[in-house]
Amino acid sequence: MTMISFGKTLLVGAALSISFAASAAAQTATKSIDLTVVDRYVASTFGKAAPEWLARIKPDATLETCNASRNDVPSAEADKITARELARVVYPADGKLLGNWKEGAKVANDGRGNQFSDPPGLVAGGNCYACHQIERSELSYGTLGPSLTNYGKDRKYDPEEVKRAYAKIYDSQAFAACSIMPRFGANKVLTETQIKNILAFLFDPESPLNK
Amino acid sequence: MNRPKLGVAAVLALLSVWLPQASRAQDAAEKEIERYRAMISDPMSNPGYLAVDRGEALWQEKRGTKGVSLEQCDLGLGAGKLEGAFAQLPRYFADTDRVMDLEQRLLWCMQNLQGLDTKDVVARRFSAPGKPSDMEDLVAFIANKSNGMKINIPLNHPKEKEAAAVGEEMFYRRGGVNDFSCATCHADDGKRIRLQSLPNLSKAGQTAQETMASWPTYRVSQSALRTMQHRLWDCFRQQRWPAPEYASDGITALTVFLQKQAAGGEINVPSIKR
Ligand code: HEC
Ligand code: HEC
Repeated sequence: MTMISFGKTLLVGAALSISFAASAAAQTATKSIDLTVVDRYVASTFGKAAPEWLARIKPDATLETCNASRNDVPSAEADKITARELARVVYPADGKLLGNWKEGAKVANDGRGNQFSDPPGLVAGGNCYACHQIERSELSYGTLGPSLTNYGKDRKYDPEEVKRAYAKIYDSQAFAACSIMPRFGANKVLTETQIKNILAFLFDPESPLNK
Repeated sequence: MNRPKLGVAAVLALLSVWLPQASRAQDAAEKEIERYRAMISDPMSNPGYLAVDRGEALWQEKRGTKGVSLEQCDLGLGAGKLEGAFAQLPRYFADTDRVMDLEQRLLWCMQNLQGLDTKDVVARRFSAPGKPSDMEDLVAFIANKSNGMKINIPLNHPKEKEAAAVGEEMFYRRGGVNDFSCATCHADDGKRIRLQSLPNLSKAGQTAQETMASWPTYRVSQSALRTMQHRLWDCFRQQRWPAPEYASDGITALTVFLQKQAAGGEINVPSIKR
């Protein structure tokens, strides 16, 4: 799946398997830019932020690879990323993956958290509706991701699918290198309990999205 | 220049009717928004023009230790020349050896031409109820003087080229707890976050032109005239990045990149948006 479909000329050093799109931007793009120059601009723009915020915007190895190819990562690199990210998934110690679907519905709808305008200590939501259709009755949904209506029913409530979805939400790049979906568990945006509740929202036969 | 004479109350009344409905029926809401946009682009009912008037007064007001107005400020086309200046910003200025956007340049003129301590001006960079913003008003006034002209920023000086390349790189740089970059939300056609449609700014051409040529804008949901500085500040908030420094080089670099994508867009500001 190609999220970014053009403009790969900037990073000349990156392995580019795709021919250049003949867009206006691609034609006029400056050749490669020294990333330390970019870092300097970033530092002058965000340098006064608290250390924990600065740590957050420092790309890890996975994001460095994604940035270099603008998410259109060559397949050998993609395999490294998915292997690395899958290894980060921490499954619940008690082996129970499904929580409370009603609580999960709330987490999926809650878009708050982790913005610089938020009060400290605010518990973040999953903001799933920003990108996904889920319950049919919720019309305010985004389209950056696929629809999740009928998610559990379509998968016949298969325990293997439950496990896979847990890992997907915990670390979306465990299955899709450079996915634009956040790595909710790995980046500590959501707790294990929140993820279990969302899973129940997706997989409980009583959950409205499976009706 | 167009001045508003009526209709502000009508616009606000109308808004309070449709805003809560936006989350209900999405197709109907999108049509409503289109209709609403067409109606309120009428300068007679756009409160953004009040900011234009306030900006004109501020431009002429003698201030600072030197007791002079901003009328001799060089925005790139020569001292005091306003017509078309905004269409060519950001740009490189030899006297500072930097690429500056309009707000950086205005701050520089305030400090150097007027001898004004800009601490208070910067503190009021984004207006709030009871807290007007000199910068928003000045930008509205100056940008309005480029109406009917096409976005055409110079990209000849090495520092202008550097800014464009850095801006492009920053546009794609992912980070923060959600791994977001500008491109997460603005690199595909026809996408939405919740109900808000997202312009694809990764491509040069019409969408970028229409987007950039409509800033500064009067934002009805905030009852305020907003500039690109505010838009990008708000996008970094949604990106879950730290608050960017006002009038910093990174924001200017991103603006250079966006203006480059938008080259040829015909400016019509202040516009009015949700
Ligand atoms: C910024 C956008 C974004 C957000 C926020 C987001 N997702 Fe996704 N999601 C995607 C995209 C894009 C895909 C498809 C590509 C992929 O697999 O990574 C996806 C795929 C998925 C899939 C796999 C679908 C399949 O085909 O099996 C699941 C399950 C999922 N998301 C659940 C969630 C949940 C639950 C949340 C909130 C906690 C969430 N997503 C938040 C963008 C997002
Ligand atoms: C998580 C989502 C998200 C991210 C990340 C994001 N934006 Fe936005 N952006 C939005 C939304 C939502 C809007 C408002 C659209 C509307 O009001 O209809 C918007 C609006 C804009 C606009 C004005 C569009 C218009 O039509 O007036 C510009 C320009 C813009 N963004 C640029 C950027 C840049 C540059 C970045 C990176 C620094 C960025 N955005 C990051 C969500 C995002």
